[in-house]
Amino acid sequence: MNRLLPFFGFMLLVLLFGFGIWWNTQHDQNAIPSPLLDKPAPSFNLPKLYEPTQTVSKADLLGQPYLLNVFASWCVECGVEHPVLEAEGPTLGVQLVGYNYKDAPADAKRWLAEHGNPYNLLISDEPGNTAIDFGVYGAPESFLIDARGVIRYKHIGPLTPDVVAKELKPAIAAMAHEGQP
Amino acid sequence: MTPELGQLALILALLLALAQGILPLLGAWRGNRALMAVARPAAAGQAVFVAMAFGILVWAFVRFDFSVQYVADNSNLALPWYYRIAAVWGAHEGSLLLWIFILNVWTVALAAFSQKLPEVFASRVLAVMGLIAVGFLAFIIFTSNPFGRLLPMPGDGADLNPVLQDPGMTFHPPVLYTGYVGFSVAFAFAIAGLLGGELEQAWVRWARPWTNIAWAFLTCGIVAGSWWAYAELGWGGWWFWDPVENASFMPWLVGLGLIHAQAITEKRGSLRAWTILLSIFAFSLSLLGTFLVRSGVLTSVHAFASDPRRGIFILAFLTIVVGGSLLLYALRAPKVAGGKPFKVVSRETVLLIGNLMFAVAAAMVLLGTLFPLIGDALNLGRVSVGPPYFGFLFPLLMLPAVLLLPFGPFLRWGKGDTPALKQVLLRAGIAAAACAIVAAFFVDGQLKAIAGVASLVWLSVGVLLYAIKRWREVPRGRRYPAEMAGMLLAHLGVGVFVAGVLLSESLSVTSDVRMAPGQTQHIGGYDFLFQGAHRTTGPNWRADQGVITVTRDSKAVAVMHPQKRTYLRGQVQTESAVDAGIFRDLYVALGEPMDANDIEGAWSLRLYYKPFIRWIWGGGLLMMLGGFVCAGDKRFRIKRAAKTETAAAGLQVEETHA
Repeated sequence: MNRLLPFFGFMLLVLLFGFGIWWNTQHDQNAIPSPLLDKPAPSFNLPKLYEPTQTVSKADLLGQPYLLNVFASWCVECGVEHPVLEAEGPTLGVQLVGYNYKDAPADAKRWLAEHGNPYNLLISDEPGNTAIDFGVYGAPESFLIDARGVIRYKHIGPLTPDVVAKELKPAIAAMAHEGQP
Repeated sequence: MTPELGQLALILALLLALAQGILPLLGAWRGNRALMAVARPAAAGQAVFVAMAFGILVWAFVRFDFSVQYVADNSNLALPWYYRIAAVWGAHEGSLLLWIFILNVWTVALAAFSQKLPEVFASRVLAVMGLIAVGFLAFIIFTSNPFGRLLPMPGDGADLNPVLQDPGMTFHPPVLYTGYVGFSVAFAFAIAGLLGGELEQAWVRWARPWTNIAWAFLTCGIVAGSWWAYAELGWGGWWFWDPVENASFMPWLVGLGLIHAQAITEKRGSLRAWTILLSIFAFSLSLLGTFLVRSGVLTSVHAFASDPRRGIFILAFLTIVVGGSLLLYALRAPKVAGGKPFKVVSRETVLLIGNLMFAVAAAMVLLGTLFPLIGDALNLGRVSVGPPYFGFLFPLLMLPAVLLLPFGPFLRWGKGDTPALKQVLLRAGIAAAACAIVAAFFVDGQLKAIAGVASLVWLSVGVLLYAIKRWREVPRGRRYPAEMAGMLLAHLGVGVFVAGVLLSESLSVTSDVRMAPGQTQHIGGYDFLFQGAHRTTGPNWRADQGVITVTRDSKAVAVMHPQKRTYLRGQVQTESAVDAGIFRDLYVALGEPMDANDIEGAWSLRLYYKPFIRWIWGGGLLMMLGGFVCAGDKRFRIKRAAKTETAAAGLQVEETHA
């Protein structure tokens, strides 16, 4: 019996690990609770990508909900996400704002020319300072911001058709629903 | 086309590993020599295909083949070639490929050097190695394919994690893995011993050099990792008790116990079951470390794209390997406590106490590492224990080992003579006390530093006394066989290490300061003059670089260049500047500029004066050296000669080493 003790001890560990895996699948790892969720988006004032002399601020965008999509030409995963945005963007019912992150504007324009431009508006954050306020981990990342400028949903990593259908669209629907008194 | 060849090579390697794992076992069971003979060619073939796959991935990195997802994720056009090669093991898939590659290196070495072992035993050992390879190859092929394509192919890739872009980090993982994986050999020997049953004592002798080499590599890997954390992370710390570090530290502790337990079992025949158990545990903890680091169970915040399938696969593998071998242990382990009897005062007792302490310490580290998980399970929320827990318990557990260490060599097997011990206690004790008193005047009475000096003297005088005893009593040429020289070196390393830890922790001076160009800070007897910062560039980064001139009594000591690098993809990385010395390090890390738009102006800086910190790694390297030297002992080689000789030679050895 004594000689079985190590085995039982190990089985206890296995149970613990099994639980750990189960726990991690229940608690979506990408859903890192953003401290910004349901908080007003940080204020920003950034140049437009195509007209760098004009800037867009948070106040300019108040009054209409929009999806702020952080992307960059150097970002490999953004290339994966791009076709999804092209296909699903028009069906979302919100403005699609492209947030070009730590990228040379010339590279970004070339990349958009090559892959297509699904965005209604493009802003450029070459130094990446405003992204720090948003708590951007890395590109791609998407923020759903409502008409009052509050962040309602956040997704880290590429938007896949699955994420769009199961998370993003319900979040947009909830937002629209609540807008009607 | 080439990456697909890599995948094909892995699949062929898996098939050969299956042959290597199953057929020789059947052969050993049925006494079929043809089946047993499969082991070596299958192992060689598997190694060829794994090496091919590894080479193909290296080639893909060298050639910038961004159509391979893994290459695109971990390298880019500006990454220098040496970091592109290091990028092969820079992330999950490639690390596993490196793991299996190193397993194959060990297996081939084992196949080559086991020619003189009894055929049945050798084929069982190689089969166990084959079964381990099956698990890892299947894991790579089914969940972590490094050759997956990314189409359309991007023009440029992302980047290798800048934290890993450091010379220390390029060779840290291969060395560490060599140690980890090396415990698989001791494990295979133990399992083969359990399966066979008849060679209980002999296999331990064959396993010893392998265990020593694996442990020495693991030591080297841990030292390199610690040095890298010190040089790279900018905190001046050398050990953080984080899960990844603990994952390598647990097998190290158990391996340390195993080395000593094997010595007892080999020479006296006692503690057989314990040695088998430790052999299983050392490798199990290596697997567990891989599981913890790779499954994302603990570090879920960082496991960005961690796939739950991976966690489940490793857990299943772990259950089969560890659970299976522990069941085998329960069924087949020697039932009767064998070996020669020993008295309370004997070398066995001291080694046993040390062993117990190492095992308990490993369990303590395991508990602390898994604590967040236990917290989840008991619904306590995300709780974790940090350095206070480890920092209190670990020294406490190691204290008996350090205190008893000088006595070990003086004690005889079976029963020791108390007068000799009293002499050691008296001499080393007086020397330690005297040095501690003298040291007290130099360190302002700091207890930790005094303890550091005392333990250094205690341990090194203990080692020295034994070296002198051998010199006096044993004829020339037989005084210091490699096994003993290695032991003395490693024990001396413990003293150097303990002194380094205690002295650097108690005497270090840290200063977080804001410095404008031209300002001077006075720390630990040195004057740090900040001469301002400027822009500089490297192959794939640009940086703000500070210039600090260090003087002591108006004599120039060093010019230091700490950097804050921004890599191509925007990741920021601190490059600390270290002026190294045997007795002290000067360490400067660049913080933030006071005004982000004016890097020529004032900066926040972190300045350290760290006395004796090199001794920590110096001690570690001595332990490593000790492990290697031990493994080179001629005795282990002669023992392999033939089955019939071992019994006779074993007796003779006991006489010379008694």
